[in-house]
Amino acid sequence: MEEQKWDQSMGGFNAASRSQMAEAAAGGEESQRTLYPYVTGTSVIALKYKDGVIMACDTGASYGSTLRYKSVERIKAVGKHSLIGGSGEFSDFQEILRYLDELTLSDHMWDDGNSLGPKEIHSYLTRVMYNRRNKFDPLWNALILGGVKMGPKGAEKYLGMVNMIGTHFEENHIATGFGNHLAIPILRAEWREDMTFEEAVKLVEKCLLVLLYRDRSSINKFQVAKITTEGATIYPPYSLKTFWGFSHFENPAQGAVGSW
Amino acid sequence: MSRRGDWVYENNGGTCVAIAGADYCVIAADTRLSVGYSILTRDHSKICELADKCVLASSGFQGDIKALHKNLAARELLYQHQHNKRMSCPAMAQLLSNTLYYKRFFPYYAFNVLGGLDSEGKGCVFTYDAVGSYERTGYSAQGTGSTLIMPVLDNQLKSPSPLLLPARDAVTPLSETEAIDLVKDVFASATERDIYTGDKLEIVVVNKAGTRREYIDLRKD
Repeated sequence: MEEQKWDQSMGGFNAASRSQMAEAAAGGEESQRTLYPYVTGTSVIALKYKDGVIMACDTGASYGSTLRYKSVERIKAVGKHSLIGGSGEFSDFQEILRYLDELTLSDHMWDDGNSLGPKEIHSYLTRVMYNRRNKFDPLWNALILGGVKMGPKGAEKYLGMVNMIGTHFEENHIATGFGNHLAIPILRAEWREDMTFEEAVKLVEKCLLVLLYRDRSSINKFQVAKITTEGATIYPPYSLKTFWGFSHFENPAQGAVGSW
Repeated sequence: MSRRGDWVYENNGGTCVAIAGADYCVIAADTRLSVGYSILTRDHSKICELADKCVLASSGFQGDIKALHKNLAARELLYQHQHNKRMSCPAMAQLLSNTLYYKRFFPYYAFNVLGGLDSEGKGCVFTYDAVGSYERTGYSAQGTGSTLIMPVLDNQLKSPSPLLLPARDAVTPLSETEAIDLVKDVFASATERDIYTGDKLEIVVVNKAGTRREYIDLRKD
């Protein structure tokens, strides 16, 4: 109800088409904006564990309902201390990686002994996403930024998320897209402080398996990545074992002829 | 039916309340961040301490709220550099109104409650709509639970009519502890019925001794 009141007070604002708004904002040029996503990645999940942060996702990119690309790396290392995982429009994710390249390059060129930590990169990404949203030209992604950097109190782990309109927060475990609905309940029940790497991978695989069964845009090819004080490691892709031997699948018409 | 401008805003939910007393001000907000029917995190602050006697609580679209808080905090720092003192609560109240109206045709989707002590050390609360219309009151609630909380505050804090002459102060005669208890009660009630309010309550109390913070657990469902 609040949404309707809000929209009414906005007047004719929402009635204008996106491309008209974009044209007006651009001073009359043809729209160059991402109006809706084409090639999309699905969920990314991440959680903090004893030595740092672990992040995982599948390696698929869909073109609408087609599973078009099956070997896409949606988690990348950023600088020395962070990992970024992105779901949503893949070309916008690649654009973000270009922005981060420029950022980390100038950080490196300062040569001042300092380097951008995950908190700083998350803050930078939040500003980028929010400002693009303000220009009606969004980067159609949900990004997870995780990392660990040595601070005055020792190794400080960090995990945060930003979405396409600039909503952002920090948490101990984060998921994007369908992961919010399927993986987060599992993580909230089973995540503990100071999990070992093996325990963290087991928990992540449990979530990835649920997503594989229930998210139609996921594929059975995953990458797990971790970031610790020693640096980032992105492991080679692998598959999970699935089980389809449920009695219901075996003789579907048994209980009610002609229906599932 | 999804409309073309829909994606620019989302309502991340939550409720903010402030109550002004004779020499204190209580500002409170829940810490739940939601999107649609999902909870993104149970531990996200909606409160920003802009100056030593001035605290802002906002609910609405979190992207805009954070940008607004950052904007105001930066302006307060500039004020400090230029005037060699911190901004007073009434001054910040006017700045917030102007900042909101500046984006009148692409608003900050933020529903604000500003609380603190005025230049005489008396409690003050300023309440806003999304485009900067504001008023000094004795108490206010904004956000998804505001419709549940405001009537209770009206009943408990018995605000005098603005038509009386001479004008009577809307500031409550309740003590600080009584006001805090009232805040806890109204949030517990709002949490029962508003799906976007819950998890934890953050209470900030401003008085002449300074500022202190308290956290109370709320229902997590």
